[in-house]
Amino acid sequence: MRILLLAVLVALLPPRAPAETVVAGFSQTSVAITTSFSGSEIFIYGAIRREAPPPAGPLDVIVAVTGPSTPVVVRKRERRLGVWVNGPAVQIDAAPSLYAVATTRPFRDLISYTDDMRHRVGLDEVIRLIDAPEWLVDRQAYRDAVVRVRRDQGLYFIDDGGVSLTQDTLFQTRVRLPANLTEGDYRARVFLLRGKAVVDVYETDIAVQKVGIERFIYALAQEEPLLYGIVSVLLALAAGWSAAALFRFFVP
Amino acid sequence: MNIYLPIAEVSVNAWLVLGLGGGVGMLSGLFGVGGGFLMTPLLIFIGIPPAVAVATGANQIAAASFSGVLSHFRRRTVDLKMGSVMLAGGILGSAAGVQLFAALRAIGQLELAVGLCYVVFLGVVGGLMLVESLQAMRRVRHGTARRRQRHNWMHGLPFKMRFRESNLYISAIPPFAIGALVGVLAAIMGVGGGFIMVPAMIYLLGMATSVVVGTSLFQILFVAAFTTIGHAVANQSVDALLALLLIVGGVLGAQVGARLGPRLKAEQLRVLLALLVLAVCLKLGYDLVRHPGELFVLGTPGR
Repeated sequence: MRILLLAVLVALLPPRAPAETVVAGFSQTSVAITTSFSGSEIFIYGAIRREAPPPAGPLDVIVAVTGPSTPVVVRKRERRLGVWVNGPAVQIDAAPSLYAVATTRPFRDLISYTDDMRHRVGLDEVIRLIDAPEWLVDRQAYRDAVVRVRRDQGLYFIDDGGVSLTQDTLFQTRVRLPANLTEGDYRARVFLLRGKAVVDVYETDIAVQKVGIERFIYALAQEEPLLYGIVSVLLALAAGWSAAALFRFFVP
Repeated sequence: MNIYLPIAEVSVNAWLVLGLGGGVGMLSGLFGVGGGFLMTPLLIFIGIPPAVAVATGANQIAAASFSGVLSHFRRRTVDLKMGSVMLAGGILGSAAGVQLFAALRAIGQLELAVGLCYVVFLGVVGGLMLVESLQAMRRVRHGTARRRQRHNWMHGLPFKMRFRESNLYISAIPPFAIGALVGVLAAIMGVGGGFIMVPAMIYLLGMATSVVVGTSLFQILFVAAFTTIGHAVANQSVDALLALLLIVGGVLGAQVGARLGPRLKAEQLRVLLALLVLAVCLKLGYDLVRHPGELFVLGTPGR
């Protein structure tokens, strides 16, 4: 009985704290999309705390900022009668709206496959295509297309070597958020790796939100589309009329 | 100065958009055309999503035609009865067009449909305009006038109505059908449709020319307003901020154009406009047939 109790207690006890932990700070944890929004840059810095002498193996840091994951429809263009026509749609079940990763070394060299899968860090783990249609032979081409198109739009990027690590203790990096950002709760994670294995993760949310007039217009358009349409027309008529009246006033 | 558009969800240069509105507005002031057929393609060229470009274009047209309608009312050059028949057709056409637009968007063929519509209509209109203006230049030189056709097959149709201001006694079907066609085009292409309606009213219906422009503007104003509301409800693709920039630029440009117009040679300008329309048509046509650098396109499910 006593042995059983001890076993339960041991099981319930928190696991031993890792030898190394990561502490990180963000220059901002919210991004306001204002009318003049033209992208933003987040400065991410931190330190590695140790209770004991550092273990062996190379030390690495990965900083990953990802946008909300949503389904995406991918179509391949085909030439028909000389014109490029969109082919049938393949639905990618989830792809983040933004994928910004900065590392201390080339990504593939510093994280093991199992840890990549467990923490869903790499692009292959982030973009999921579960139910591919039967006719689809080349699923990878469609997933690659999502990455390629969004990379060209500045939404996906991997900055190999973008994290600078000083004396295996201090690190810092900058993550640039592009101007064509969409709203949502973004996830920012800092991974500490020792010998390709994740030893600690620091995680926080970055809220990206339209504010002010942007917020107002977007919310009205989504929630009260009829009212929004009527207001748009009235606003347009008023603007057109008053601009013409102003012009006539100054230039008779 | 960049400005983030809340519905288009892109950041564009505000001066570029104002300049675009101003440039197209100046052309419309010079030639008395709405300019929607240039505005929508140009918006797409600068990176506005086609769905937003079309819907916002309709909003801008409502504003651009408003002051025109007011001044035509003051001069009593609007045939309200004719305008109402065409408007009834236009509302029906626009409602159908908005539904068609949403359906095309859902199956991912909207861009293609908009592009094809533009190539066909800009090609036809630009070509006709070029031929017409070249002939007109020749006529100015030789001093011969063109005669209008007065009697044709349309006079056999039922539902005859008297349109006093237009000086006509004809069936209500042709004006209703013309209005409906223009309504569909307004919803799919984001145009006012004056470039089709005005020639149709003059040559097909044989309306008194003095009321043609006022009456077509009257129809365009309400159809554009209805189309804007339709797109806002069905597609949530009207960007009020983008529209506002285009309107301010457009109205100022139109005033400049209207003052500049009388000082320039109209016939030569018309040739230039025709060439401009054909150039936009060629660019859009080329985009449809040339090999796209990226073979894959992304979309959001359901829209």
